[in-house]
Amino acid sequence: MNGPWHVEVTPDCIASGVCVGTAPAHFALVEGRSVPRNPSAAPDPLLLSVADACPMEAIRVRAADGTALAPTD
Amino acid sequence: MDYPFGDGTSLALEPEYAEARATCPVVRVRLPFGGEAWLVTRHADVREVLTDPRFSSRETTRNPDGPRFTPQPLFPAGVMSMDPPEHTRIRSLVSKAFTGARVQALRPRITEIAEGLADAMLEHGPPADLVTMFALPLPVTVICELLGVPYADHGRFRELSDALLSTTALPPEEIFAAVKELNLYLAGLIEARRAAPRDDMLSGLIRARDQEDRLSEQELVEFSVGLLVTGHETAATQIANFTYMLARNPGQLAALRADPALIPNAVEELLRHTPLGAVSGIPRVATEDVELSGVTIKAGDSVVPSINSANHDEAVFDNPHDLDVTRESNPHIAFGHGVHFCLGAQLARAELQIAVHTLLTRFPALRISADDAALHWKKGLLIRGFSSLSVTW
Repeated sequence: MNGPWHVEVTPDCIASGVCVGTAPAHFALVEGRSVPRNPSAAPDPLLLSVADACPMEAIRVRAADGTALAPTD
Repeated sequence: MDYPFGDGTSLALEPEYAEARATCPVVRVRLPFGGEAWLVTRHADVREVLTDPRFSSRETTRNPDGPRFTPQPLFPAGVMSMDPPEHTRIRSLVSKAFTGARVQALRPRITEIAEGLADAMLEHGPPADLVTMFALPLPVTVICELLGVPYADHGRFRELSDALLSTTALPPEEIFAAVKELNLYLAGLIEARRAAPRDDMLSGLIRARDQEDRLSEQELVEFSVGLLVTGHETAATQIANFTYMLARNPGQLAALRADPALIPNAVEELLRHTPLGAVSGIPRVATEDVELSGVTIKAGDSVVPSINSANHDEAVFDNPHDLDVTRESNPHIAFGHGVHFCLGAQLARAELQIAVHTLLTRFPALRISADDAALHWKKGLLIRGFSSLSVTW
């Protein structure tokens, strides 16, 4: 997997803080919603586990070529 | 100052919280056992404690005699005393089963259970105990079906569940005995499922243990116990609490009856307004010096983030002490915040919405039978609510 990953938080976000608490380097809460600190992030397995842990599955992680990486089914 | 401020036999939040928020938002308090801690009372600070990795859940168990609400020493017990990445590993084993989309699919079954309980209550006739006839069996049935625990065993695990939430209701040796018995009960069920797997959460966790080695046998048992207990106790308590709150706020109840589409919003407001914790906030320990609202929390200090207080913070909520089912901005943290955000939050929301809807539609004249002085409160538990609540219609 070459190139940066695309990280997106969908409007389903309920600001649970799970991502911010698990991966503070990647997410911040801004006005009641989580936002990725870097929407084009260096690949990091933590991003995948956070996307899987989100109670609303509101975090989408895609590879540089657009392949969906997380959340998994 | 001693904490908790009251004995939890009221749903009116103790005035000391508002006083602390206004004058001394991070305040030194003496806990019932083990010494002093910092009580954190403002919404922004509580959220900070719950998301900042410098406040550790695991560290609270390093000193068994540290500040605590229970007479027995602190010991590591399940996911609530874990930090990431350990916590993330366990939680992610089941988090998919509790997502918004999965819970949405459970709604018809939850509704069916609630309607069945309403039928039985109507057949029984007034007065009836809302706790035993509706508030408890609804979430107990749901979590039993999800986990794969026989509902018929509820007589056995219900009392043990209460013991796990005891602060002073029971002596330490009885709490330990209850923990042991509940662990044995779940270990027995796990052995049965291991021999004959089914399509349930216990079987899924056993697969994660046996085929993928993603958790230890002890973690498997403890996590299953945690899911069973937290999977029903809190929702059951709040169903009765919410019914009481609505009955005591007739204007809000009338607004809800006039427009049932307000129910989801009303449930969020009830979650915000109704204190569930008799002691609010599971302690954390600072792993380095951290400043909060001008106070330096030293490394090693215990911190109690008060969810009840955060949800009544005047800086975030207009007229926080009013129950307003039409409230628009409502960033409450009733389900916690950060890595320990309630795993079952979406399930609890569905259960609470369906419970309120069912009670409103099936019992148009529902009211509490007793005066406030004659109510039966749970005592000496981590949570506040009714041991029984007689209703009539």
